[in-house]
Amino acid sequence: MNAVVAAKTKKKAEKAAPAAEWQLRLYVAGQTPKSVAALDNLRRLCESHLAGRYEIEVIDLLVNPTLAAGDQILAVPTLVRKFPEPIRKIIGDLSNEGKVLVGLDVQPIGKAPS
Amino acid sequence: MKKTNEPLHSYELPKARTGIQGLDEITGGGLPRGRPTLVCGGAGCGKTMLGAEFIVRGATAMGEPGVFMTFEESAAELSANVRSLGFDLDKLVRQKKIALDFVHIERSEIEETGEYDLEGLFIRLGHAIDTIGAKRVVLDTVEALFAGLPNHAILRAELRRLFRWLKDRGVTAVITGERGENSLTRYGLEEYVADCVILLDHRIVDQVSTRRLRVVKYRGTAHGTNEYPFLIGTAGISVLPITSMRLDHKALNERVSTGIAGLDAMFGGKGVYRGSSVLISGSPGTGKSTVAVSFLDAVCRRQKRALVFCYEESASQVIRNMRSVGVDLAPWVESGRLKIHSTRPTLQGLEQHLVEMHSLVKAFRPALVVVDPISNLTISNTDTALKATLMRLIDFLKEEAITGVFTSLTADGALALADSQIGISSLMDTWLMLANIEANGERTRTIQVLKSRGMPHSNQVREFLLSRRGVELVDVYMPEDRVLTGSERLAHASRARADSAGAMPQEGR
Repeated sequence: MNAVVAAKTKKKAEKAAPAAEWQLRLYVAGQTPKSVAALDNLRRLCESHLAGRYEIEVIDLLVNPTLAAGDQILAVPTLVRKFPEPIRKIIGDLSNEGKVLVGLDVQPIGKAPS
Repeated sequence: MKKTNEPLHSYELPKARTGIQGLDEITGGGLPRGRPTLVCGGAGCGKTMLGAEFIVRGATAMGEPGVFMTFEESAAELSANVRSLGFDLDKLVRQKKIALDFVHIERSEIEETGEYDLEGLFIRLGHAIDTIGAKRVVLDTVEALFAGLPNHAILRAELRRLFRWLKDRGVTAVITGERGENSLTRYGLEEYVADCVILLDHRIVDQVSTRRLRVVKYRGTAHGTNEYPFLIGTAGISVLPITSMRLDHKALNERVSTGIAGLDAMFGGKGVYRGSSVLISGSPGTGKSTVAVSFLDAVCRRQKRALVFCYEESASQVIRNMRSVGVDLAPWVESGRLKIHSTRPTLQGLEQHLVEMHSLVKAFRPALVVVDPISNLTISNTDTALKATLMRLIDFLKEEAITGVFTSLTADGALALADSQIGISSLMDTWLMLANIEANGERTRTIQVLKSRGMPHSNQVREFLLSRRGVELVDVYMPEDRVLTGSERLAHASRARADSAGAMPQEGR
């Protein structure tokens, strides 16, 4: 199953350095309000805490349904931290920034997590 | 859960045959087509096996590809587990007849924040269905999600949507669920799946386990409501009372010898029908096993194979004991013509015994099967279960045109005990009753043919002797108007000989 995931995926996100320190993958199913919100929340969070050190890959399961099995995606939206390891998953629209930071194990910059 | 006793509709609900032996008969043709069916039961009761067989049979025999979505075992584990039933999932996957998807969520690596749904699951399932054009789906066990996802409110709403979605897709689905304490399933899945509910049970009675299956509800159709024993054998699941519903085996006209000349004569000189079932009943020490072994010996002499299931003696004990009546089984065993299979009846449940008998008979292909004795199997089991098992075994043997000989121990005593065998005797084509008649300070062994379907048979109670020459029926000795047996007969005969010896010369003059 994992072999399927290795297939090249369409990258919508900004291309950073080839091997970014933080590799994040967001699984969505079409442009639903929840997935749009999740992507917005994620971009904002990354810009404020991981600026220049991250890479976001958005995978639309409606376009690539085979990719759901590889990362064991059930819920959407699901954010997967591919790197640094170990793999972590955060499900939901990522509206609670504090929880997302804890989930990703990111040291917040500037302000304390809400 | 509410009971449904809805009036039966005049039209038949479209059904999807499961291909599982017996289940289709109980459900009157299979599971509701295009609808989900809930299969629930405790751990180890065979839910996954039922689901797997439903998918495999669908893909191989019904031309209906299927998706097996497992939430508990990985695809590799599942294929390994069902290989014991002779199913090669990997091959079917390669042939695009089956799709396996292992859905696994690790609670520890998941964090929840905000709104979400399970669209990912729908997409995976939908994609699998579309890829192979599936008509069948198994979700095993979707309840595992409750452990993985903390937000049960979302999960429940999504499951409701999932079952609705399955119906809309028109796939025949089997959803398994773990038995709950006060409900059919631990998380109340029966609330969502209301069309058909099948309950599996693995019960220990008198330290022997029996699997049982019951159709709790089946909307819009009549179904068998009993609990049916079922077994998981090397050829998959089979639910018990079944083949007996269809009595369509071919009756053979060929006759086979019983191995006892005098007994053959009681059946018009030709013995019993090949492929028929013979019951030999009697109280202890009447010679049941010896008579049964005569059947065996006769079969082996005809260069055919015979199989004995012994529930009382070990193989070597049987061989030693039978030597005392002049039957040497050892050469038959050595030449592979005879197989003696000795086990204790309490070793396993009845259905396991049946499975074992099935597989041994299939592998050995004997012309004769002896079960000695069937009554020992009842020690650990109720009569109804035994009858169902025997019925199944007899039907199986008849289909294979194998003659079956069953001995049965009746309590010590008089002929009136015939009625204690009523339950099983109706299954038998021929019934031999052995008895010890006690009179004048001695016991005399007698044999009689209580019934023998489809052939003329003697109505006499015959005396027989166990000697070094085997079982010998004594010619009926009826000097005046009554039959004499035992030493009375001997005494009368020698008296008569003496008389006639004395009389002869006189007449000669």
